[in-house]
Amino acid sequence: MRSDEQVHEALAQAMAAERLRIVASLIRTTRDWDLAEDAVADAAERALLTWPRDGVPRNPAAWLTTTATRRALDVIRRSGTERAKLAELGAQQEIDEQGGEERVDIGALTDDRLRLVFTCCHPALSMEARVALTLKVVAGLSTAQVARMFLVPEATMGQRLLRAKKRVANAGIPYKVPEPADLTERVDGVLAVVYLVFTQGYAGGAQPGLAAEAIRLGRLLVDLMPDEDEVTALLALMLAQHARRHARLVDGELVTLEHQDRSLWDRAEVDEALALTMPYGRVPGPYRLQAELALTHLRARDAADTDWRRIVRLYERLLDLHPSPVVSLNRAVAVGMAEGPAAGLLLLDDLAGHPALQGLHLLPAARADLLARAGRTDEAVAELDRATALAPTEEERRQLARRRTELS
Amino acid sequence: MKFLMLVTLDPSRDATDDDLTGTLDVEDWVAKYDSAGVRLMGNQVRMAADATSVTRRKGELLVTDGPYAESREWIVGFDVLECADLDEAIKVASEHPMAVGGRLELRPFVED
Repeated sequence: MRSDEQVHEALAQAMAAERLRIVASLIRTTRDWDLAEDAVADAAERALLTWPRDGVPRNPAAWLTTTATRRALDVIRRSGTERAKLAELGAQQEIDEQGGEERVDIGALTDDRLRLVFTCCHPALSMEARVALTLKVVAGLSTAQVARMFLVPEATMGQRLLRAKKRVANAGIPYKVPEPADLTERVDGVLAVVYLVFTQGYAGGAQPGLAAEAIRLGRLLVDLMPDEDEVTALLALMLAQHARRHARLVDGELVTLEHQDRSLWDRAEVDEALALTMPYGRVPGPYRLQAELALTHLRARDAADTDWRRIVRLYERLLDLHPSPVVSLNRAVAVGMAEGPAAGLLLLDDLAGHPALQGLHLLPAARADLLARAGRTDEAVAELDRATALAPTEEERRQLARRRTELS
Repeated sequence: MKFLMLVTLDPSRDATDDDLTGTLDVEDWVAKYDSAGVRLMGNQVRMAADATSVTRRKGELLVTDGPYAESREWIVGFDVLECADLDEAIKVASEHPMAVGGRLELRPFVED
């Protein structure tokens, strides 16, 4: 390996490991988000200049931390305001505590990263602002990257981030981990942001990079909050869905779970998801139940081997937590698989008048599936026509049309 | 930091079915946060029909009856809160009975 390749490699590794930690601790001491991000970017640039000449430092991460902190201090000193002097004290202390470039301990500042996560996902910010801040400041993407992922001009995303950071400062949003009494609710808020990023990336036509970023964020959250099972469960849920991506969309055609070629599933992600189980004795939350649903499918050798009775039970527990017509519909289909199509169709009849399902393709598509299994082909074809007319995306319309051809 | 908490009423809203669990009676709320040093001051104000708007344009004083703008929600009171941060202010506001019957708006003071 050439020496500048070694430098890039060492820098990339140190940035991946330490960038968030450094940014998070500088935001706490300086209260200046842009300064914190700029100081880290500046330290990385400086590394590219000096490391090829002087060699890669023994502890590149500590070098970056110290260089970024000193850079922030320089800027603060030159600005010379009263508020800046207060921040300077904190930043200097930070350098002293690290013991300069010899710093190796990384556990003590873990809280800063959590503080940053909870601040970016604060309920007093709009969902749009939470997503943008989380991808930019926590995940470390550039403004241009975030803009591309949401298909907006870079200037628009820059404005959105600027407004969000201003609001954090002006509205009084604290830089802290929430009080124990609020923790469960606030963790849910963080998970909602990450899962939204994931589903944006997973839906047809969206940016696949978002799903990967969401999984990276999910891993970070598991590192930061290993005892929160809902956090672990969200990572399992995302991995279980992501693992099927190559089997789900083949040559641009949507393939339902039942017909997927399971050898196309990403084995490493399947195994990682399956290992993320709930500790014994916990009460499962909504993400855990959704993860268990996905994992039950992953465990089956093929569609016929699926433990449908377990899936029915999981949907019922999910309904206990959050009554929802879509979950009721999924439960009805699972009952149809576990006990025969007639039982499922009976449950679907109960949902026929539900206002939230009107105008959606979900109910006719589910009915078509169970009618076909019951051998009532003509009725199934009629329901498929109804579903095709209502399906929201071209991929889904084509998938339903293919199903119709297979039946008739 | 200081917050102005505007207490507003949505006259079209019927709050009779609302769950009041976790909210205090307004007298209890005032007593609790006065003694905690959180509520610095506050009062009910008269309804929009008794409001007076004052403007000066090109040296000419204009006094009109009624509120500045037609608004669906009426300001019925205000409090000034001293809180560590927005999280504390949200907790204080969430215990006010008007969080259920109306809406509370938290406006941070501009501080140097």
